Amino acid sequence: MSLIEIVPYTQKIEYLLYIARYIAQGVMSTLLCSLSAIVFGIFISICLTILKYTNNTCFVFFVKVYISIIRGTPFFLQLFFVYFALPGLVNVHVSMIFACILTLSINSSAYVSEIIRGGIESVDKGQVDAAKMLSISYYDTMIDIVLPQSLKSIIPSLINEIINLVKESAVVGVIGIADIMRRAHIISVEKYDFVTPLCIAGLFYYILIFIIAQIGIIIEKKLK
Amino acid sequence: MIKVVNLIKKYNHILALDDISYSFEKGNIYSIIGSSGSGKSTFIKCIASLEQPDQGKICYQGIDKQNIGFIFQNFNLFNNMTVLENIIYAPQKVLNLNKEEAVYSAQNLLKAVNLNSSIEDQYPHSLSGGQKQRVSIARAIAMNPKVILYDEPTSALDPENIIEILNIIKNLSLSKDLLSIIVTHHIKFAQIISDKILFFENGKILVEGDSSILYGKMKNKRLREFLSKFHIIDT
Repeated sequence: MSLIEIVPYTQKIEYLLYIARYIAQGVMSTLLCSLSAIVFGIFISICLTILKYTNNTCFVFFVKVYISIIRGTPFFLQLFFVYFALPGLVNVHVSMIFACILTLSINSSAYVSEIIRGGIESVDKGQVDAAKMLSISYYDTMIDIVLPQSLKSIIPSLINEIINLVKESAVVGVIGIADIMRRAHIISVEKYDFVTPLCIAGLFYYILIFIIAQIGIIIEKKLK
Repeated sequence: MIKVVNLIKKYNHILALDDISYSFEKGNIYSIIGSSGSGKSTFIKCIASLEQPDQGKICYQGIDKQNIGFIFQNFNLFNNMTVLENIIYAPQKVLNLNKEEAVYSAQNLLKAVNLNSSIEDQYPHSLSGGQKQRVSIARAIAMNPKVILYDEPTSALDPENIIEILNIIKNLSLSKDLLSIIVTHHIKFAQIISDKILFFENGKILVEGDSSILYGKMKNKRLREFLSKFHIIDT
């Protein structure tokens, strides 16, 4: 039976606020990890996409292997590898937050690069041929013609990926980052109450994801 | 002006162009006719460098790649740009025209292809097939080409628009002394517009001559068979 059910009403409110305040302190860690990972993940994925479209066999092979490995192994394993195994291999100390951001970025880049590739391929190849016949450079074709059009099809999938990333970031607590999930777990154990902290943590995640989804809807409407 | 020598192109061991040699002269309109899969489109795509031939060479005399315009069957307008932006983008980026010059030239070109200035700010998705094709012609002409290649420019148009496009191609060709090469399925269109007609079959030029090759008693059996199909379709 949870503690919330056996204490008086005013104490219940205080108890709820206490837990909410404690878990709320983890929102910043969750946001820092996931938003940084989104920014770096998109940057890495753009680099991967550019490499893929160079038609250089080595680059294309590298990108294929990279995406295959990242998509083919669990995020949990990748996080442990970066935080526990990598320092031993390259003899460099990796902070918790750095390990989390790096792993989330690498993980999301594999998925985002596939989203970008899909977006680029959704633009009619005939427009690229038309640009070529007008002597427009490959760079200008991509920047001014292909990418603006592919953005429309990329945005919904990208928003989904960002939402997934925020939810996946709940795993980072296993190496000690005091994010929403980690704090919910700590206070659950401390108060012997798993219902209230998990419900509040769920509410925080829901609000974060609701805001991201709304931003996505606004961007989609603007692009139409 | 363009000399094609022993051109061979294969797609997965299937011969699309079989040792074609031909010379195209300045100021003339050439039509290429033939059944689907006879190599017509591949041929002009090789001339435009959109496809690379496996063997043979194409000599461009007095022109470079920038002087070749291409009109696509599906128009291929840039969907994220307005009509005006479609026409002025390449002149600004490639010919380094300033915006005022490019817009002035584009507005004149829109008049030349019988388009009202009111469509300048419209996006391609709101245009009819005929309007799209005229915009794509204006866009190509904006780059001051010496050669224009048309890949089935009338296949997506209704009869009224076909006549309109025919007149535009003819007028532009005469006024700008362009070499025009048109791949078409419309035999009557080819008859009316062409100085020379090439009949393609299995990647080869089977018959070549002026529009009279389409009249009277044809010596070539395959051309006769091909045209008889179209007469049936026409009726």
